[in-house]
Amino acid sequence: MTMAVLEILVYPDPRLKEIARPVETVDQATLDFIDDLEETLLAGPAGVGIAAPQVGCLKRIVIVDVSSKPKIPHHGHLVLINPVIVASEGSVVGREGCLSVPDYTGNVARANRITLSAWDKTGTEQVYNMEGFEARAVQHEMDHLEGLLFLDRLVSRRDIFRRKVYQKPGTPASKPS
Amino acid sequence: MKKWYMVTLVGRDRRGIVAGVTEALFEGRCNLGEASMVRLGGNFATMLMVEFDGDTPALEDMLRPVSGRLGLRCHVDEIEAGLHRHVEPDVRISVYGADRAGIVAEVTGALAEAGLNILNLETDIGGTEGNPIYIMHLDGVAEQGVDTLREVLETLSREKNVEARLVENDLLMG
Repeated sequence: MTMAVLEILVYPDPRLKEIARPVETVDQATLDFIDDLEETLLAGPAGVGIAAPQVGCLKRIVIVDVSSKPKIPHHGHLVLINPVIVASEGSVVGREGCLSVPDYTGNVARANRITLSAWDKTGTEQVYNMEGFEARAVQHEMDHLEGLLFLDRLVSRRDIFRRKVYQKPGTPASKPS
Repeated sequence: MKKWYMVTLVGRDRRGIVAGVTEALFEGRCNLGEASMVRLGGNFATMLMVEFDGDTPALEDMLRPVSGRLGLRCHVDEIEAGLHRHVEPDVRISVYGADRAGIVAEVTGALAEAGLNILNLETDIGGTEGNPIYIMHLDGVAEQGVDTLREVLETLSREKNVEARLVENDLLMG
């Protein structure tokens, strides 16, 4: 079995806006696909993650690896199958781009800390506590499983500023009234 | 042969300016590129990249009826330009403080000397008439590194009585 670099879909491909289905069992076909997804991520331009729908596979599988970034906490190379965010807190604005949206980057607000539950490649459930850039990468990739792109979450520069300057530390970004 | 123009329109803000101008350009077979449109002090100011198969007077003629109807002053420049030439900002800087004369010149002058190329700058005045707050927010490229900019901002905060914050854009590509 040789690995293959898959074609990365770019918006407006309609498959990027679909909701992915859960993986029922991690069989050999799933593992072969994960190898191809990995190969595709490595072949691309400096991405820190990739989601199955980006190559047209509507399954709940993402790969995240932010270990190339210096001086940040991370869990190394992660294959996340059926990932679920079970808890999140904080909100940080950061700049994102996407392999599926060439030549555009924008600011997006993401939770700063998340607790994540997902299957690993053996189908075993794992729980991760993560923060910062790695948490952002996971949220970006998991959005693909819901048919969402970072374009669906852009914040304007004015919003960033108001949030940063006028919000007292510890105040939630928004409260339901 | 199609050429790029920068169209600048300024006038008192009212509903329908963007719709009216872009419809006229569409009817005139123009393509729109990148644009910045904003309400500033009750005026609506628009800068718009327009691709058009004709010369400057023809584009001015096309825009005259709509700008007249909407009370806009219009200016057209032929530009050397193209799409997909984005430069990625690597820093985001916010500065604010009690408003006073010279604050922008001091801050941007010091930052330029420290190697900042500004890609985008928005400033605003908040607070009250009695106690106005000047607020500046910019994206740029730190051509001499981020540490140099941090030092300059620390000096500005200390000596010029402003609050300054720099955030590095740790671009996530996913």
